[in-house]
Amino acid sequence: MQMPEPNAGILARKPRIVARLREALGEGGVIDDGIELRAYECDGLSAYRCPPLCAVLPASTEEVSAVMRICHDEGVPVVPRGSGTSLSGGALPTADAVLLGIARMNEVLETDYANRFIRVQTGRTNLSVTGAVEADGFFYAPDPSSQLACAIAGNIAMNSGGAHCLKYGVTTNNLMGVTMVMADGEVVEIGGAHLDAGGLDLLGLVCGSEGQLGVVTEATLRILARPEGARPVLIGYDSAEVAGQCVSDIIKAGILPVAIEYMDRLVIQAAEAHVHADYPDCEALLIIEVEGSEAEIADQLGRIIAIANAHNPVELRESGSAAESEKIWQGRKTAFGAMGQINDYMCLDGTIPVSQLPQVLRRIGEMGDEYGLQVGNVFHAGDGNMHPLILYDANRPGDLEKAEDLGADILRLCVEVGGCLTGEHGVGVEKREIMPAQYSGDDLEIQMQVKDVFDPKWVLNPAKVFPLDLSAGRRM
Amino acid sequence: MKVISEQELSEALAAASGPVRVRGGGTRDIGAPVAGEVLEVGLSGIELYEPGALTLVVRAGTPLAEVEALLAGEGQRLAFEPMDHRPMLGTSGTPTIGGVVAANVSGPRRIQAGAARDFTLGARFVDGAGRVIRNGGRVMKNVTGYDLVKLMAGSWGTLGVLSEVSFKVQAVPETEATLVGRGLSLAEGVAALARALGSPYDVTGAAHVDFDGGQTLVRVEGLEGMVAYRAAALAGGALAGWEIVRGEASAALWAEMRDVRPFAGGNAPVWRVSLKPSDAPLLSQTLAAAGLNHRGIYDWGGGLAWLELSGPAEDAGAGVLRRALAPLGGHATLVRATPEHRARIDVFQPQPAPLAAISRGIKQKFDPRGILNPGLMGV
Repeated sequence: MQMPEPNAGILARKPRIVARLREALGEGGVIDDGIELRAYECDGLSAYRCPPLCAVLPASTEEVSAVMRICHDEGVPVVPRGSGTSLSGGALPTADAVLLGIARMNEVLETDYANRFIRVQTGRTNLSVTGAVEADGFFYAPDPSSQLACAIAGNIAMNSGGAHCLKYGVTTNNLMGVTMVMADGEVVEIGGAHLDAGGLDLLGLVCGSEGQLGVVTEATLRILARPEGARPVLIGYDSAEVAGQCVSDIIKAGILPVAIEYMDRLVIQAAEAHVHADYPDCEALLIIEVEGSEAEIADQLGRIIAIANAHNPVELRESGSAAESEKIWQGRKTAFGAMGQINDYMCLDGTIPVSQLPQVLRRIGEMGDEYGLQVGNVFHAGDGNMHPLILYDANRPGDLEKAEDLGADILRLCVEVGGCLTGEHGVGVEKREIMPAQYSGDDLEIQMQVKDVFDPKWVLNPAKVFPLDLSAGRRM
Repeated sequence: MKVISEQELSEALAAASGPVRVRGGGTRDIGAPVAGEVLEVGLSGIELYEPGALTLVVRAGTPLAEVEALLAGEGQRLAFEPMDHRPMLGTSGTPTIGGVVAANVSGPRRIQAGAARDFTLGARFVDGAGRVIRNGGRVMKNVTGYDLVKLMAGSWGTLGVLSEVSFKVQAVPETEATLVGRGLSLAEGVAALARALGSPYDVTGAAHVDFDGGQTLVRVEGLEGMVAYRAAALAGGALAGWEIVRGEASAALWAEMRDVRPFAGGNAPVWRVSLKPSDAPLLSQTLAAAGLNHRGIYDWGGGLAWLELSGPAEDAGAGVLRRALAPLGGHATLVRATPEHRARIDVFQPQPAPLAAISRGIKQKFDPRGILNPGLMGV
């Protein structure tokens, strides 16, 4: 993976740039010490690292605006960062960039139950948004698995999803408004406590734009009343085809579970070794969760179990208690960690039409064999968002590159069968160069033209999303 | 001029020498009148329908009724419950699926399920230079590049002409029920709707009709047992004493709300106002105090106000309404008005300067010659 050569002129001007930023933010708001900057050299895609020119930690929208004005004026790239949990390198700096961390801005600004929204500063973590309203019986629906750490700012940048988006949608479906600082420092308000746009839907455009159109400092989020209860059922099958057919039959029957999770044999075995969740040793494991009152849950699970039994499961276990629910979920929730016990891994994020599931799983297995790498699969089966985990050894020369090549092949396969390169992690730097697999030159050109409108000098997160050779003429 | 393929559409727009009025079924004549050659989008047909994946891909000119019939055959539907504008606007013709997306047309279920823009997974369109553009896809989760699908939804054909759209569809629930409250004031009605929407019962419709004595409606949908339980729980709690209407009678009530039927057949100006739900009573009071008499239907828990003016107003009430709305936030669209009014008044909410500049910039990139529905949205 390549990053652009740092601009020597900017590196030479570092003292002046840092001084200007200090003047705006005060001593504590700017980090330029080489050791301290190591904390910002990478995000969740930790294979790639580069300390930024300096890091700034503004405490208000006004301070973010001041930073943007200075950087715009100096012609310095700005890389926004939420909590740094991106798996696609969305917050990976370059040596000539100012890293703008939003973490200090984590306040709840307004909570309104009558109108069912909360307004927060975007450095607030996803889970603590729910934390602010759960005592009153509400929750914020999007639940990426990094929700303990990840910030709303990053959720908006990547349009994050989660296990429960089959029912509740992803970030863009739950975002009502933003306060955003433009590349030149201007502060704009888009949307608010009302629904939908009065003109062009700029909010929908900003959500998922990977920090390239502006820095979102405040967000109005839809909150929902928490359902009375939830309970999962665990179903094991001896083939991916049958598991896929079961998922399709459940959806066709008109039942809307809040989550349908899938794990394959490699991941089941890893999870089992890791937390002893009593998973059956089988080819495909489904965890299906429904919500409602006790009677409603029993009704829905009864229908799901009837469909599941028609496909002859090797095991079927309905949770009868909170403790059993937790045990069923435990293996799934720790699956990534369990895979990490085996080896280093790379987590992919392609989405496919759910009808293609069995065929794609088979092809991934074959491709892994061709590369000599093991691939585990754990994913959101209801919406086709796959997370193939490619195991490799970071200490063995060439292994990372081999894993990356296999990953790119798998993502191209996702596109070929009618899917896309990324369902919830974003393009970042990781998938930047394979964007042409999904989009034509015109498709990408018009997206870059949108960035031209918001950020004519391409100050914001410039080396992301678009293939470097395509964006070269636009970047400074 | 009528085009029946994407290629024809692309060639027609590349060759166009002047303004073009884009037309699907011609049932939603909203926005400033556009002087230009009519371009009828006749691309019709289902590209792909996978009920087990809740996925539909369809050409933009396909009649909405055809789409709905296809889905109904598999026990599915468009979750966002698109409104039919014909009764209110007095138009005829056949609504198309592309028109639904271009105008981001949603109905009562928007409050729970989301809007047309939330269920549109992907789009192909032709921009003002004739470029064919693809964005999004046919899968439910897709964050690959910028989300131009949202931008296209509700852009009223001013940025590009849709040729194909794909949707996430929804299973039709087993049954539905509506709780009906009578005689409530607007403030009481909106407060009751907030209680219902704040309950764990997943309310899928919440509307208040603020005339003829007042009628307040709350809908629940799902499995038989679920609906019975939830309706009873609401009628015994947050909506104590309300009548429960079931099945087809319930569906009929919401068909009325969806199409804003009480305003059908008239020609007085009708505004569509999106606002914070609890602000609805204050807005109505402010308008009345300023002499702008109106009848109101408040959907989305109060957050979508349909206001029919009941007295004469020089500018269709635009000045008074937008002044009253300014401190509250939200936006107002003049949905029904004479062409003269629509030519003179900002039909769509004027945007603050920085957002207006961004919108103009986007329009310029997508349609550099300014030929697509010029002026329709004021952009």
